[in-house]
Amino acid sequence: MANLITHSPILIIAIPLLAAFLTPLIDRVSKKARDILVIASLALAEFLVIILARDIYPNGLHIYTLGASSPDLTIPENYIVPVRIILEVDSMSIFMAIITATVSLAAAIYSLSFMKEETGQNRFYTLLLLLAAGMFGMELTGDLFNLFVFLEIASIAGAALTAFRTRFADAAEGGFKYIVVSSVAALMVLFAIGILYAQYNLLNIGALAHVMQYTMLDKIALALLVIAFMMKLAGVPLHMWCPDTYSVAPASITIMLVAASYACLYALFRTCFTLYGVCLNLVTVGWIVIIFGVLSMFIGVTMAVFQTDIKRLMAYHCISQTGYMLLGIGVGLAVLNQPEALSTYGIAAMDGGIFHIINNALYKGLLFLTAGALFQRTGTRDLNKMGGLAHKMKWTTIFYIIGALSISGIPPSNGFASKLLIYESVYRFNPILAIVAMITSILTLASFTKAFYSAFMGAELPEYQEVKEVPKSMIAGMAILAAGIIFFSLFPGLVVDRLAHPATAALISQGVYINGIMGGGG
Amino acid sequence: MMSKIVRTMASLLILFALIYGLYIITHGHLTPGGGFQGGAVFASGVALLIVAFGSEIIHKSLKEHRLSILESSGALIFIGLAFGGLAIVFFYNFLVGSPIFGHIPPSGPNPGDIWTAGVIPFMNIAVGLKVLAGFSAILLVMALATTLTEVEE
Amino acid sequence: MTQGIPFNVPFLAVAAMIGIAFYIIISQRNLIKLVMGLSILASGANLFLITLGYREGGVAPIYTYTPAGIMVLPVPQALTLTSIVIAVACLALMLSMVIHIYRHTGSTDSEKSRIMKG
Repeated sequence: MANLITHSPILIIAIPLLAAFLTPLIDRVSKKARDILVIASLALAEFLVIILARDIYPNGLHIYTLGASSPDLTIPENYIVPVRIILEVDSMSIFMAIITATVSLAAAIYSLSFMKEETGQNRFYTLLLLLAAGMFGMELTGDLFNLFVFLEIASIAGAALTAFRTRFADAAEGGFKYIVVSSVAALMVLFAIGILYAQYNLLNIGALAHVMQYTMLDKIALALLVIAFMMKLAGVPLHMWCPDTYSVAPASITIMLVAASYACLYALFRTCFTLYGVCLNLVTVGWIVIIFGVLSMFIGVTMAVFQTDIKRLMAYHCISQTGYMLLGIGVGLAVLNQPEALSTYGIAAMDGGIFHIINNALYKGLLFLTAGALFQRTGTRDLNKMGGLAHKMKWTTIFYIIGALSISGIPPSNGFASKLLIYESVYRFNPILAIVAMITSILTLASFTKAFYSAFMGAELPEYQEVKEVPKSMIAGMAILAAGIIFFSLFPGLVVDRLAHPATAALISQGVYINGIMGGGG
Repeated sequence: MMSKIVRTMASLLILFALIYGLYIITHGHLTPGGGFQGGAVFASGVALLIVAFGSEIIHKSLKEHRLSILESSGALIFIGLAFGGLAIVFFYNFLVGSPIFGHIPPSGPNPGDIWTAGVIPFMNIAVGLKVLAGFSAILLVMALATTLTEVEE
Repeated sequence: MTQGIPFNVPFLAVAAMIGIAFYIIISQRNLIKLVMGLSILASGANLFLITLGYREGGVAPIYTYTPAGIMVLPVPQALTLTSIVIAVACLALMLSMVIHIYRHTGSTDSEKSRIMKG
């Protein structure tokens, strides 16, 4: 068992990758075997994530050096810098990996019925497993160029999955926008990696943080990295691809694209907090992140209010919820070198922002899956054409209500808990930001109530007489996420103490991260 | 389908293109090249055939689902070799020191011994298989798509 | 290794390629030309990576029958190779999507083939 925990960082990435390439071969034998292989590999990845998390929270971070003669030999003899690709898993990384594993498992179970009538399903599952492996790789690596490679893997797999249903005219357009934006963002990341390598001759994040002097070229690299990751996580003003892509993708793929954008959010925080750390001018960069957050919140929700396409409405809300996370963690970044402000409200703001990431992945995922269920049964995403579906689709209605209450921040849901943490701490930093956040919450509630009345309430329409409830595997996929929401709503304090707070502590302590690489050896 | 001169010359030149591609793949640990570069040269030979003969005639012999099997097996060989060293560390070069590709060369400039570098030649071959199958499938499917025919799964 | 990057013709070429590529991506309406612009952007980034590894009077970083002398840095060449592979995969995917857009809407002009607005 201890051996399994030592090797688990690479097994979490390698098992979905292995299953992805086995899928076309096993698919020729039998379709049921392929379904079992996909679910089993993602369930095994989730199991490994959980046992690794249970070992990281008491014992600190885990290092894994690929190809060395022992897993923690980061600096061999006669060397003074680390030489191989090193996976470094601390509490923040494993927190994001828990989100990715849960969302991928729910998406795969949901897709078993949702994609049943499509042709070429073996390629769908190959790409889904590649997307999951790419997201895990982004979250668990400690090397900048490895981050770039897994970012590109996730982007290409995500774009191919978005455009998968080629019989729809707008699917190819959504996928094209996603791959163009992802390509430009990834090339900017590559340029920044080139600049950093030219100066310091190092690619490892911990080693770079150890020798970083904040020269003019480093500032250019920081600007390129921040803008590239903002493009990938759909922060305003770089958000134009997001509603188009999220509305045409199949519903299970939309939730995985949401998880992929949170992996890019994690990469943004990794560069700001760990790669650069306290040598930035923290107030400037912190305020830039806060301004992006406030713009995303406000513009996202105001554009969402008058949408008629249900998935486009949810995609705009996704942009606005990302703004909450940027706001919370931006406040923490801005006060990183003022100890009393940090301990009074900085850490609470970051706790709220990080707790909001997992809440958003769960309830936004659940809402997108219910929209997919509506699309499967009615054939349309237009709210004007739907009506009175609560009579026939009871489970879908219940899951929608759970998701809508959480996203609007109604007590006692988990959305309320994380938003309260953000409101209280941001108010002490600057009151105007907290007021904008509360207005956004009210408008969120308004638009989801409107969508609920349009789709579910009202008299039964004659064209939906034969509509039945969705198949069991789709309900199972939604139930996984709903169970997570209910558990987090009942015990928010437990989740903040055990999951979010160690992640905040890991982000703030750059020294522990560097010590894991430079101190470990031989 | 192009003229008789082009078709004859393509049939002769494909031989050299394929052999050159395989040479670049297998000598990847000594000379510039390796899996991706050799696979791309190999696929450029296939592209020559598609342009000279037309995609419909090539599709009668070279089906896309067989290329898919070759591609998957290339990727599986790569990951299997990476898992092979898992007893110590993932990606550990477990063939160094053993009789298969296991000589350890002297440091510095040397005449180049092909039986060196452990797992790396096998990984080059695996990547080369994947790249040549993948590129040939892409070229074949795109050429067929422009003639608006159905490609079976 | 802590000197700045020297002023050099390949770096001017990188700047020109990236500038032209961004101009193409922003201004061209034909989707295939947009894809070509992305390809030029990728080539510019790859050229930047190889150029930053050059050392004055260096030879290729290969040990088989090497002449004497210092070698240029090999790591950026590995990074460039990975980047070229990724760019090829992106290019194939983008062109496949352009084929589908053309089949559904009958034109490769980004104004005429646009379905989703607002």
